Amino acid sequence: MKEHNEIRPPQWAARLLSWYCKPELLEDLQGDLNEYFQRNIKSKGTRKAKFIYVIDVLKFFRLYTIRKPEFINLLINWIMIGSYIKTSGRSLVRNKLFSIINIFGLALSMSVGLILIGMMSDIYSYDKFHVNHDRIYRVLSHHVYLNQENDNWFATTSLKAGKAIQESFTGFEAATLIRRGFEGDVKHSETTVRLGGFFVDNNFLKVFTFPLVEGNSTTALQEPFTAVITESAALKLFADKKALGKTIILNNDKAYTITGVLKDIPKFSHIHFDMLGSLSTREVTEKENKNELAWDNMWNSWTYLLMPEKANLTNFKEKLDQLSAKEDSTVKHTHIELKLQPIDDIMGGEGLSNQIGMTMGKYVILSFLGLTFVVILSACFNYTNLSIARALRRSKEVGIRKVIGALKGNVLSQFVAEAVIVSLLSLTMAVVIFILIKPHFLILNPDLQELLTLNLSPMLIAYFILFAIIIGTAAGIFPALYFSKINAVQVLKGNPSIQSLGKLTSRKTLVVFQYCISLMLITSTLIMYKQYHHFLDFDLGYNTKDILNINLQGNNPDGLMKELSELPEVKFISQSNMVPSTGSYWGVNMNNPNNPQDSAGVAMNRIDENYLQLHQHQLLAGRTFNFKPKDVDETEVIVNEQVLKRFEISDRIPDKAIGQEVKIDGKRLSIIGVIKDFQYSRANNKSRNEVVLRYIEAKPDFLNVKFSTKDFQALNEKIKSIWKQYDSIHPYQGKLYEDQLKEGFRGLDASMKVAGFIAFLAIVIASLGMLGMVVFTTETRMKEVSIRKVLGASEGKLLYLLSKGFFTLLAIAALIAMPVTYLFFDRIMLPMLANHAPIAVNEMSLGVLAVLAIALIVIGVQTIKIARSNPATVLKAE
Amino acid sequence: MKGTNLGEFEELVLLTIAALVNEAYSVGICDELERQTKRSVKLGVVHSVLNRLEEKGLAKSKLGEATQTRGGKRKRYYSITSAGKAALLRSKEVRDQLWNMIPELSLKRI
Repeated sequence: MKEHNEIRPPQWAARLLSWYCKPELLEDLQGDLNEYFQRNIKSKGTRKAKFIYVIDVLKFFRLYTIRKPEFINLLINWIMIGSYIKTSGRSLVRNKLFSIINIFGLALSMSVGLILIGMMSDIYSYDKFHVNHDRIYRVLSHHVYLNQENDNWFATTSLKAGKAIQESFTGFEAATLIRRGFEGDVKHSETTVRLGGFFVDNNFLKVFTFPLVEGNSTTALQEPFTAVITESAALKLFADKKALGKTIILNNDKAYTITGVLKDIPKFSHIHFDMLGSLSTREVTEKENKNELAWDNMWNSWTYLLMPEKANLTNFKEKLDQLSAKEDSTVKHTHIELKLQPIDDIMGGEGLSNQIGMTMGKYVILSFLGLTFVVILSACFNYTNLSIARALRRSKEVGIRKVIGALKGNVLSQFVAEAVIVSLLSLTMAVVIFILIKPHFLILNPDLQELLTLNLSPMLIAYFILFAIIIGTAAGIFPALYFSKINAVQVLKGNPSIQSLGKLTSRKTLVVFQYCISLMLITSTLIMYKQYHHFLDFDLGYNTKDILNINLQGNNPDGLMKELSELPEVKFISQSNMVPSTGSYWGVNMNNPNNPQDSAGVAMNRIDENYLQLHQHQLLAGRTFNFKPKDVDETEVIVNEQVLKRFEISDRIPDKAIGQEVKIDGKRLSIIGVIKDFQYSRANNKSRNEVVLRYIEAKPDFLNVKFSTKDFQALNEKIKSIWKQYDSIHPYQGKLYEDQLKEGFRGLDASMKVAGFIAFLAIVIASLGMLGMVVFTTETRMKEVSIRKVLGASEGKLLYLLSKGFFTLLAIAALIAMPVTYLFFDRIMLPMLANHAPIAVNEMSLGVLAVLAIALIVIGVQTIKIARSNPATVLKAE
Repeated sequence: MKGTNLGEFEELVLLTIAALVNEAYSVGICDELERQTKRSVKLGVVHSVLNRLEEKGLAKSKLGEATQTRGGKRKRYYSITSAGKAALLRSKEVRDQLWNMIPELSLKRI
């Protein structure tokens, strides 16, 4: 019997039980559990018995067993709140510096938190206006060619898959297919406007909630050559607003009848359009096109499903897999897998290719969340640190409260309440900062402006207050725990609570942590800044300076070119089909002249006879194009060195390659020139090195205008007015080449600015914390310093004595932060970025120096003040 | 009223309390139910049912002696009240009536 007694149930579980359980039920429950425990030890062994005991304790946590909070305690707490607020207020006012540091630091970090909350709440609001938003799913596709595994999912599906689901599947309520391409210039009598939209089938308005103002939603998109249009688009096109039954002509081609007018699309929709055309139109126009319904043509259409209330999703996925297995046999070497994605996950979910509109993506949100968390943590540390540092003064008050009868819990709640008051004060300041920085945050990236509004709504304010309460509790809980453990007798006896010194190591750790974070953030910003400028100054292999690229938008270039060349500022004009190095690609298939079996995709641009000279491309051999009238057949091509290398043409010797015949896109062309390699993709992309240049076809897409003027804006305005004479429908789209290059790195630019801003906040917060600590320690050592001075210590010695400790902390922080940042970028981030610049000493050290300099000023000013104080007055004071 | 009807498990527990007479405490009831129904009976479920029965006034309880196996904690013994007895009888009556309504032929055919 004795032996069994020695094995006891887990004590923490037993304590948990007696904590939550009603006293009248407690004894009974404890007894029962003990009896079972003893029984289980015999039958199942000690470990299992303990496990079962714990599980049972948790299981007994039910409504009828829980102790109800006692009314009298609540009443006392309620009465005491007034007293807490009063003492908290007094202590805030008494320590003005500490209060300012706390409130300001928390406010700064909370403002970032508010942006994050606003962002999350915007993203969460997406697509909620659909009545059945929780039941709508999108079909995603995964394309595997020749068993080359990849984890790239596409938001698009083939029309074939969508139709198969519609026709042969069960277990869904409605399915709709969307195909891109219903967009362009829309004409009605004399008015022409540019509108965007999709071809959709008749179920579209059933699956989604886009209400019709006019027209019948069940039949509106049934017949071929019918379309519905949004109210604002209708207003642009038909001034009198009566659109129903009218005919529009799309791109000077097909005519469509308007069968409905839609309410405008809400901002928080992941699909945006001005008009919709009936998908049945394509059944007429694409009748002969075999590719239209091919299984592997999955790049241009989307499928959305409305599932029933209790949908069997696993069963549906199995059916999708069966469909894939069946249809894979119709295409060569290709496997396409399908799966469902809820539309609520689209905006903040996985990054998918071929999205129907812009999305935010999980990674952006997560990285912003991480940064925000770190900054808020840092500000909370300040609060914790400074509160505990001031413990000496407050501990007497706590002692008296305890003597009068306050319990641990009362003291705890008092200090948590105090922290919450501070954080609520910070919140008001944070909201002001939030309103001030909101516009700057949104213009960081044009995408952000499209996606988010960050408007203050009552709901958002409620979230903010909740957030402030959580932050306050988090910041206040450690000081509160510390104070609640204070021994009243010791404190009141005048025994200076030595405990505050015991906490010194943990306080030092917090300071080191804050500085580590600040250093990492500032160094990361500097490294990103360096990469950004490295890519902007990247040697592309040709010249982009003073070139204006004008998007012709389908216009004939001749007249415009003639007028532009008459401008005195314009030096030279060339034509091309695309603008290299900005992230757009044209591809073409080229056969290896040495090996008929071998062919490869190469990058292509079509240019005119002036292009190479205007962009200062270097010709290694041969010549550039001659002017070729439009009706003469194409016979010539210019290639770069990489093409010679890839196909082993003429032993890679440029001179020999001239006159060599190659087959491109099925055409036999002879090489007339070889140019030096240049960067066809964006500067941070190493692919698509082989480039062929061909002569432009009937209509080029871009004019490249080389100019020489000091006042580009004036020139641009002049060109704009010339454009208006030629094309009154399309707005002028002329951009400086260098601006276009910059646009390619907008993402890097935005993340650099965000990281920079957060680094700035982290440094400010850490410096504020440091200031508080320095003020506190120097003040407490005032007497010591005075005595040393009287005994003959020099000012320099005293400075060294006072600041030594802080510099050790900073050195430790730097020693931790620098290698971590270096390894993070060198091993993880930069390898993902092709053509990056190596990390140099200056961007690693610059941040450290800046942060150290700020800390030096903070420490220096305070210590000098103390070191210079007159020892007589200090010592006389007591 | 919700409280007057007996659930199936409640009825079983109440019957067990009546059957065990002086030994009706939570673990004992639990064991007896397991033995009788041949299915596993969870202590937590029995507890909440006992609690409910007492609230409804169908059973009453008093604390008994402490034992070594219970870690020095006292047992709570349950006994059936007259309201409990009435509820049991009523539900038996309902069952009997229904049984009597079934013609013997129709049962034999199954």
